Amino acid sequence: MTETRIERHHYDVVVIGAGGAGLRAAIEARLAGKKTAIISKSLFGKAHTVMAEGGAAAAMGNVNSRDNWQVHFRDTMRGGKFLNNFRMAELHAKESPQRIWELETYGALFDRTKDGKISQRNFGGHEYPRLAHVGDRTGLELIRTLQQKIVSLQQEDKREFGSYDARIRVFSETTITELLLDGDRVAGAFGYYRESGEFILFEAPAVVLATGGVGRSYKVTSNSWEYTGDGHALALRAGATLINMEFLQFHPTGMVWPPSVKGILVTESVRGDGGVLKNSDGKRFMFDYVPDVFRKQYAETEEEADRWYTDPDNNRRPPELLPRDEVARAINSEVKAGRGTPAGGVYLDIASRRSAEEIRRRLPSMYHQFKELADVDITKEPMEVGPTCHYVMGGVEVDPDTGAAAGTVRGLFAAGEVSGGMHGSNRLGGNSLSDLLVFGKRAGGHAATYADQLGARPAVSVAAVEAAVETALAPLQRDTGESPYQLQQDLQVVMGDLVGIIRREGELADALGRLAELRERVAKVSAVGGRRYNPGWHLALDLRNMLVVSECTAKAALERQESRGGHTREDYPAMDPAWRRVNLVCALDGDAVRLTHKPLPTMRPELIGLFDRAELSKYLTDEELAEFDALTEEER
Amino acid sequence: MGTDPQQAAGKPAAKRQFRIWRGDETGGDLQDYTVEVNEGEVVLDVIHRLQATEAPDLACRWNCKAGKCGSCSMEINGKPRLGCMTRMSTFEEAETVTVTPLRTFPVIRDLVTDVSFNYEKARETPAFAPPADVAPGDYRMQQIDVERSQEFRKCIECFLCQNVCHVIRDHDENKPAFSGPRFFIRASELDMHPLDTRTDRKEYAQSEMGLGFCNITKCCTEVCPEHIKITDNGIIPMKERVVDRRYDPLVWLGNKIFRRGQVPQTSATSGHSSGAVTSGAAHGGVHSHAGGSHDSGAERQAQQGVNWQREVPHPTAPAVDSSGKLPLTELTFDRAAAPSPFGDDVEFPLPAEHLNFAHPQQDEPKH
Repeated sequence: MTETRIERHHYDVVVIGAGGAGLRAAIEARLAGKKTAIISKSLFGKAHTVMAEGGAAAAMGNVNSRDNWQVHFRDTMRGGKFLNNFRMAELHAKESPQRIWELETYGALFDRTKDGKISQRNFGGHEYPRLAHVGDRTGLELIRTLQQKIVSLQQEDKREFGSYDARIRVFSETTITELLLDGDRVAGAFGYYRESGEFILFEAPAVVLATGGVGRSYKVTSNSWEYTGDGHALALRAGATLINMEFLQFHPTGMVWPPSVKGILVTESVRGDGGVLKNSDGKRFMFDYVPDVFRKQYAETEEEADRWYTDPDNNRRPPELLPRDEVARAINSEVKAGRGTPAGGVYLDIASRRSAEEIRRRLPSMYHQFKELADVDITKEPMEVGPTCHYVMGGVEVDPDTGAAAGTVRGLFAAGEVSGGMHGSNRLGGNSLSDLLVFGKRAGGHAATYADQLGARPAVSVAAVEAAVETALAPLQRDTGESPYQLQQDLQVVMGDLVGIIRREGELADALGRLAELRERVAKVSAVGGRRYNPGWHLALDLRNMLVVSECTAKAALERQESRGGHTREDYPAMDPAWRRVNLVCALDGDAVRLTHKPLPTMRPELIGLFDRAELSKYLTDEELAEFDALTEEER
Repeated sequence: MGTDPQQAAGKPAAKRQFRIWRGDETGGDLQDYTVEVNEGEVVLDVIHRLQATEAPDLACRWNCKAGKCGSCSMEINGKPRLGCMTRMSTFEEAETVTVTPLRTFPVIRDLVTDVSFNYEKARETPAFAPPADVAPGDYRMQQIDVERSQEFRKCIECFLCQNVCHVIRDHDENKPAFSGPRFFIRASELDMHPLDTRTDRKEYAQSEMGLGFCNITKCCTEVCPEHIKITDNGIIPMKERVVDRRYDPLVWLGNKIFRRGQVPQTSATSGHSSGAVTSGAAHGGVHSHAGGSHDSGAERQAQQGVNWQREVPHPTAPAVDSSGKLPLTELTFDRAAAPSPFGDDVEFPLPAEHLNFAHPQQDEPKH
């Protein structure tokens, strides 16, 4: 290989990803006095976090004072079907109010209650109004607030050291392709500037992964091009492990018409604010799909459901507000039964239920989005919606308190969507924005501590850098080969058709076969053009990440013989308490994905004591229930 | 206009003509493409189809494809727009759609431009200053008070307003002294923030951000995909308040009675300006009523053209006391004879850059 220019940088903490979790982690590392780099695959402030509409869940109790962290914890565990890492759910419920309030000191402007506090809205799966929000653009507010906080820290540094970049620097439009190790310790990260195609090497003892999810492997997705599972794949290749990869959330209500915006989300608040789902017969069908475990909390008649919007204390919730997976499955069933819209969805109707003025006021950007993108006036006509790939619950297995990645690697941390465990088998709406803040802060803080405690800095080996350069340039050097766009399309077809919302054993096995074929083809991918802002080349490099993560998902989905949350097996339609005790852990063995079973940590007595026995009996094995009975016996 | 799903569904894909600028900073040209367009698609879909077929290395930024991230800014038939928000149905079927990169920023490749100007200006805009004595969780604000700032916080930073603003669109030389509409509404947002403790946002915008350059053509408002009323709700109120304060008769009188320098300086000419603009000379020196900006650097930049951005002083009524008379007499006044009708701190001749006069030869090419 001819000599290649590589720009070198030294940092204490490198944060890969500039969404909510990444920025919050970087702020924390910088506040701890560490020299911090933020790697952003897009421009600064464009991260996928902007797409979050509903809000950030935090039990502040501003709207209903009965809310507290215990209730939030309970809702989260219920939503995740008790597969969550309980400690993460606990930390999340306890710390999210503090994280939200902190944002106000950074300049965030949430919508207010009458007494001037942060307003909180209802959302699927949350017992009380809990989501701090700004109209329906909460994600944008969050990312802009964190972005502006970083700028303010840079202004402080400018005053103190004379340079904005003295202690925290954003590398925008930069992609990391490889983590570099020194033995089992992280030594740095290698990547390229998208603009110039020039290579860049970060030498750093601590790396925080905050790269988001994997949705670009699916045909219908709300995710942006960045969501190629980079962090998942980087972690795997560095010796870390992934858990819960079989659990993908399909948002129940993505746009299905017009085709150009297929996949774009319609926020759950449309349902929280009175919107109802109807099939092509005009029937409000969700009442037929309330599962037994939720029967007690949800209304049985339209009249009761409609009363709930104004009198939630004396009425049960409308079934449109069931957890996302239930709603997605219900829509899927209606469409499959031939009661869907021409475009393959169902109708979401708010037009006939709220005044035009109220809709415009409560759902401004939703109104705006439909008007501009589809020329549909949601105050006049129903929307056409259907399930779309939205969020991956699975991710890097981390220590709940520190965010440090499990497996064989040290110095690697993960936060946000790229980490796994917090949401169990299904994430509640609103829990991801608060997840970003809570665990972003933790990961950033602990990465800083780790960098502090380290005696000697790990060294980057020349051979590893050379190998990374070679891998990165390979697609450009093959002049005949597969088109990256074609490969991505083929991968999306495999994942969408065979590892989608409803799964079957035969199809999953088939998918694994096809993924193996794709792997061979991806190894031969070629990109035309040069290194300067070449999207074909960028995609070619992302493909191998998408592929390995898709393999994890398919393998784990085939292994888990039950249906739970974001994993629905047509051949095993019920939840199986024995499977609740198992996390499926993916690791890389050479090139191949290796799957192992790992028992879930046992909930502490005071936490499991927050649930009543009747509820637990739906989730726990007899053995676990006996333990629970023994516990309550002891307390008496 | 508009898509009618019923009528549209099932319509076969049509071939449409596109002209897309391809090249980099060394040059480039418009290239013709004939590409399939399906019903309901937007311009960004077509660009993606081109990438997947004829032009795999066609560079274009995008992220959310839903008008929420502001990445896919481009000029479509010469109009600054988001590619993801421009429906193909808004063009005639035989119409050739021309797509070019944002003109105000340097091209990197194809439709991707170097927008770092905006990030530099963001850094130069003073951040939110939280109240020191309010603990997190104790912030109390009324909805009606946060709404004004919230309008500006809808900004998705697509930078179309920056791109279209004529102050910098064809005048690179104005860039150092001019922050642009995006950051005027940032300043305005903080100015209206109920708990922001900085009190000099407007003065700062005037003196350090080049607010005075704006002559309210409202191009920025017109292109804003979030429909933020940048000019009406952001820029004009800032200008008005700057004017209010500068031409407030009491402030004026205070300046007469106290010697300059004894008056507590509330204005932003406090000197820690960071950007390209240095303001040394402007601070202690001429404080002209006839002047547009406090900033000599900015004005030097503006000299090459007519300084249309200068503020023409409003006529101000004299400040009278409760008895309806001027609260000063010849005895209390600090100089002999009547005050100048031009404002007595104006010295003649007026600096040339403060004049509205256009020299007949000034339109000759400058670059």
